[in-house]
Parts: sequence; C-alpha cells; structure tokens
Amino acid sequence: MLKINDINVYYGAIHAIKGISLEVKEGEIITLIGANGAGKSTILKTISGLLRSKTGDILFNNKSLHSMAAQDIVRSGICHIPEGRRIFANMSVLENLELGCFLQKDKAAIKKNMEHVFEKFPRLKERISQSAGTLSGGEQQMLAIGRGMMSRPKLMLLDEPSMGLAPLLVKEIFSIIKEINEAGTTILLVEQNANMALSIANYAYVLETGKIVLKGPTAELAESEDLKKAYLGG
Amino acid sequence: MEHMQIFFQQLINGISLGSIYALIALGYTMVYGIIKLINFAHGDIYMVGAYVGFFAITKLNMSFIPALVASMLFCALLGIVIERMAYKPLRNATRIAALITAIGVSLFLEYGGILIVSPQPRAFPDVFPMSKLTFFDGKVYMTNQQIVIFLVAIILMILLQYIVHRTKIGKAMRAVSYDQDAALLMGINVNTTISATFAIGSALAGAAGVLVGIYYTSISPLMGIIPGLKAFVAAVLGGIGSIPGAAVGGLLMGVIEAMVSGYWSSTLRDAVAFGILILILIIKPTGIFGKNIREKV
Ligand SMILES: Nc1ncnc2c1ncn2[C@@H]1O[C@H](COP(=O)(O)OP(=O)(O)O)[C@@H](O)[C@H]1O
Ligand SMILES: [Mg+2]
Repeated sequence: MLKINDINVYYGAIHAIKGISLEVKEGEIITLIGANGAGKSTILKTISGLLRSKTGDILFNNKSLHSMAAQDIVRSGICHIPEGRRIFANMSVLENLELGCFLQKDKAAIKKNMEHVFEKFPRLKERISQSAGTLSGGEQQMLAIGRGMMSRPKLMLLDEPSMGLAPLLVKEIFSIIKEINEAGTTILLVEQNANMALSIANYAYVLETGKIVLKGPTAELAESEDLKKAYLGG
Repeated sequence: MEHMQIFFQQLINGISLGSIYALIALGYTMVYGIIKLINFAHGDIYMVGAYVGFFAITKLNMSFIPALVASMLFCALLGIVIERMAYKPLRNATRIAALITAIGVSLFLEYGGILIVSPQPRAFPDVFPMSKLTFFDGKVYMTNQQIVIFLVAIILMILLQYIVHRTKIGKAMRAVSYDQDAALLMGINVNTTISATFAIGSALAGAAGVLVGIYYTSISPLMGIIPGLKAFVAAVLGGIGSIPGAAVGGLLMGVIEAMVSGYWSSTLRDAVAFGILILILIIKPTGIFGKNIREKV
C-alpha cells in the first residue's frame, strides 16, 4: 500500500533521514519506534507532504506522493494525526471534527462519519460544543484521532498517541487504534512506548538517528536482545 | 449643557470616522493573523478603493452601491495579486524581508498612483443629498453621509462575521491562522486560504476608501498613509490578529480622535493616536482582545 524507497530528508544542513526504505501492507499495523530525535516525525511529515525528501520516493498505491500537494495527499486517503495532537484549541469540538473532513462535500457522508466517530468516542459527543482547548489531555487525543477518522482514511499515520497520557488512558487509546485497524484502516504508528506499540503491531521498524537499525515481525522483535536492551527496559 | 452637546456631536463624528478605521483595521488584523505580516501597503489599497469608487461614480455614472461593490471587487483582486507577486515568494523568508517588501509595495502604490491619477487631490462627488438628522434643537446633528458610513460598516462587519464563522473558507482561515501545518493535514489549501484572506481584507479597505470619499469629499494618492497607520494602531489596540479587536479598536480610535479634536485641538489628534500606540506597547502589548502570543515550534 505504502512504499518508501530510500528517502533522504534534510532540515537545511541537518541530514535528518538517511536513506530509509519501508513498506506498509494493506490492513496491517506497522510501527516505527525509536528514541526522541531519531527522525520518526520527520518520516511521517514527509509522507503527508509537510516536508519533501531530497532524494528517493514515496509510493501510495503505486502513485508517487513526491510532487503531490498536501491536500491531494489527504484526498488520496492518507490522514496524519500529528505529534502533540495539534487540535484547533480556539474552536469547538464540532468545528474540529468538521475540519477533519474539509474535503468532503457530501453533507450526509459528513454526518455519517461523525456518528461513527461518536460511537468510538462518546465523550466527544457530550462535549460537542465545548472549546477544544478546554478538553483534558486524553480527550484532546481522542479528538485528534476522531478528527483524523472524519476523512475516512485508508492509511492513518499516528505520531506518538500515547504521549503525556496516564497508563490507563494509553491502554484505552491503543485498544481504539486496534479497533480502527480491524474496521479496515491501515495504520502506521510512531511510538516511543515500544512495549505498547509492539503489542498491537504486525511489523516493526526501529529507527536510530535517521537510519533503520532493526526490522521484523513484532513477535520476533519482542524477543530480540538488542531491542530489549535499548527500548524495553532490559 | 454645552458640554453634553460637544460630547454627543464628537461621539457621532468619532463613530463615523471610527467605522472607517475599523474597516481598514480588519484587513490588517486578518492578514497578520494568517501570515504574521504587517501589510504596510494596506492603507494604499484603501486609497485605490477611493479612486475606483471615484471613477465608477464620475466616469461610469454608477450609483453608490454599484460603485462600492466595484471598488471592493477591484481591491480584492489587487490584494490577491499583491500577495501572489510580492509576499508569497517570501513566505519562508525572514519577517523583516517581508516587512520591507510591504513598505516597497506601499511606495509603489503611492507613487504609481501619483503617476496614473496625478498628485492633485480630487473632489469626490456628492452621492447623497445634504441633509441631516438633528438633536438638541439642531445643536447636535448626524449627516446623511455619517448614517451611510455607519450602516455600511455595520453590514460589512456582520457579513465578515458570518463568513469567518459560518462558511468553509472562514473555517479554513481560522484554521490556517491558528496552525498552518495542522490545517494542511486537514486537506486545506493554504495558498487559496491566504488569497481569500487578502481578498476579503482588501475589499473591506476598498469599501472604507469609498466611504471616506463621501465623508471628506477629497481624495489624493497619498491619502492612505495616515489612516493606514491609524488603522494599524487600532488593530494593535484591539489586539492584532483579533477580528472583534480590530472593530472595537477602530471605533475607539475614531472616538478618541474626535474627542481630542472637540475638547482640545485637532492638531493634536494624530499625536494622541500614536501616543496611544506607545502606551499600549508599554502597558498591554497584546491589546484589548489579545491573547498571550503563542510561539509556534
Ligand atoms: N524544524 C526542524 N529544524 C531543524 N531540525 C529539526 C527540525 N525538526 C526536527 N529536526 C531534527 O531532526 C531530527 C529528527 O527529528 P524528529 O523527526 O522530530 O524526531 P522524533 O520524532 O523521532 O523525535 C532531530 O535531530 C531533530 O533535532
Ligand atoms: Mg516526534
């Protein structure tokens, strides 16, 4: 479904992504784990068109995303839920969700998507007219995911959804991610919380300073001594 | 009793003038909100608006409303062209580069205007019969022009409020202002949204230009400089980036100026206007409706 071929991404002179290739198969949950500053967010931003790779290419269903405008990448079915949630805190929950399907013109479809989001996150429905900035951290993450679901994406890019949340909430969010995947959305999940990520993903890539240092099916990786030492606390 | 009359008369004058400042200030604040640029050419767009209105009425024999609409459309287009040609290439440049470019565009419009329409001030035609509403035995009055200015300004502000809060492009404008990257991830076309913001802000300035023409009856190519600066002060007073702030700041600015003229001396009013700017910058740099500036990472 998504194929990244040997991309190099720079911030000015900083070489942040050094020749990375990876593949996301339809229907799976792929996770990308690595320490702070490894380049995880940079990869997601390059997929969604916020950044461009200097060399290499990204193919989504065999179409190159390289010269596609960000809104066309969204239109083609990719949704990026950014690190730190980036909800529109000055707007209501409803307005945030509406912005999530900005490209959808069919009112009935919007309504249906919203009902679908409320099924997953009944708490958002209770707070529909509340200003998004006044939601709790967990609710904001739910809103960010709900807003992403509004566009009915084929591929969802999730950047550290567990960041700053209490363990119980992390569990809840991860089980929702699993449900979204089971309902047919392919997921590329970026995490520092390697244990949680490995527990729901099919395949994992481990990133270190802009390079992939380890990859494999999660069942195998969870046994890997290197990974245990570096990320799983022994 | 006389004090009351002066007060009410200056209040009426101030609200008329303030409505014009408010319309200009809205464009300043909207453009600042979306690309963090103080568009110093904005006052000159208002001048262009006055001239378009002037030619529409005198040469094309249009009546007031068609001339107002023509001026707004022309300025909207001018705003889009200026953004695309002068500011868009600098979107990732330093802020000072964009600011200097804005000053360049301003000078270009001013002296281009002098070249095209001559530096001679022109008399704006009377489009409304000279009559007035009087109060207090005729000691306080409100002219037809003042009523029209006030009504047009109110209608345009309500329309703007509707666009910003109820339409898709308005939501896009607010989203881009708040967080450009997040807006991109929603599939919002940021370039189109910025163009729309320039178009709307410039159209409001164009309307203000026509209104000031019928109010002061004289227009010239450099007429945009001082009102442009005052509208900028009004936008800062209200809290730059805030739409209600620009409206309130503009009205306050007009009323303060009229009061200074009425009670004190009209030669001091500009000094007071810029004195206000200095005071706000010292006491409350974020203005009346301003939020604490959120630095984006
Ligand atoms: N806007 C930026 N400008 C310069 N360097 C950046 C920028 N964003 C990230 N970087 C650098 O790129 C590298 C990868 O960052 P990032 O992708 O955010 O890492 P991660 O998401 O894995 O924590 C880091 O070294 C970071 O300092
Ligand atoms: Mg990151």
